[in-house]
Amino acid sequence: MTQSEKYTAAAYLVVFLAVLVYVVIIGSKLQRLQREVEQLVSRVRESSADG
Amino acid sequence: MKLPVLAAACTGLFGLATALAFFYAPTDADQGLSQRIFYFHVPLALTSYVCFGWGAWKALRYLRTRDARADLESYVAIHQGVIFAALTLLTGSIWARISWGVWWSWSEDQLVLFLVLFLFYCAYFMLRFSVEPGPARANMCAVYALFGVVLIPVSFLAIRLSKRFIHPVVFNSHGPQMTGSQFLTFCVCLAAMLALFATLYSIELAGKRLDGALRELKELLA
Repeated sequence: MTQSEKYTAAAYLVVFLAVLVYVVIIGSKLQRLQREVEQLVSRVRESSADG
Repeated sequence: MKLPVLAAACTGLFGLATALAFFYAPTDADQGLSQRIFYFHVPLALTSYVCFGWGAWKALRYLRTRDARADLESYVAIHQGVIFAALTLLTGSIWARISWGVWWSWSEDQLVLFLVLFLFYCAYFMLRFSVEPGPARANMCAVYALFGVVLIPVSFLAIRLSKRFIHPVVFNSHGPQMTGSQFLTFCVCLAAMLALFATLYSIELAGKRLDGALRELKELLA
């Protein structure tokens, strides 16, 4: 692999890697939101069961 | 447009853009393979301008309507713009290393002005997160976002106004200085970047709105 090929591949990889990292961050945030929704649902269930 | 459709269009366009950049566009006689960085580097820069412009438009809308949704939309657009600008600097730096032999050149007006634009919008987050949420913060951020948009034409025109430069000028008063196949590839790459912005903007905005709604629900249940 020549220097030119290495640098060109690196430039494209940087972009794809950034998108991947962004998707991972959004995915983890979505999981946190899902957990919070589940907690809220259980709290509402508990309070409605208590009467 | 619905998010799954947008995401699918973005994936398709990205695949097509990469294929065109590597297998369709001709290899540059002067720079060789490294010229193909252009197909991602320039659309990234133009998309960051679009993001900042969109953020400023939403900021203006906030100042006119005082709608908190416009403030959030402005923030998300600027956040996306900073990501695209960071990628522009990274890909540009890699291209500079192979073409000019240096990672960065302080004597280039275009580069320095783009860095100033990037740092200006990085400071937006320092301002936003140093003030308590509320109308005062939204007002300050909106005014800041509107000031920043002035830097976009300056950054864009700097290369055309500069007398001494090594940064190539592809688009001048005579139109795009490239072949038809190169221009087609460039247009597809630009469409892919704009689709990526639209997708990530929609995802982040939906997440932030959901987060806000959940916080409100928690307060109501407390």
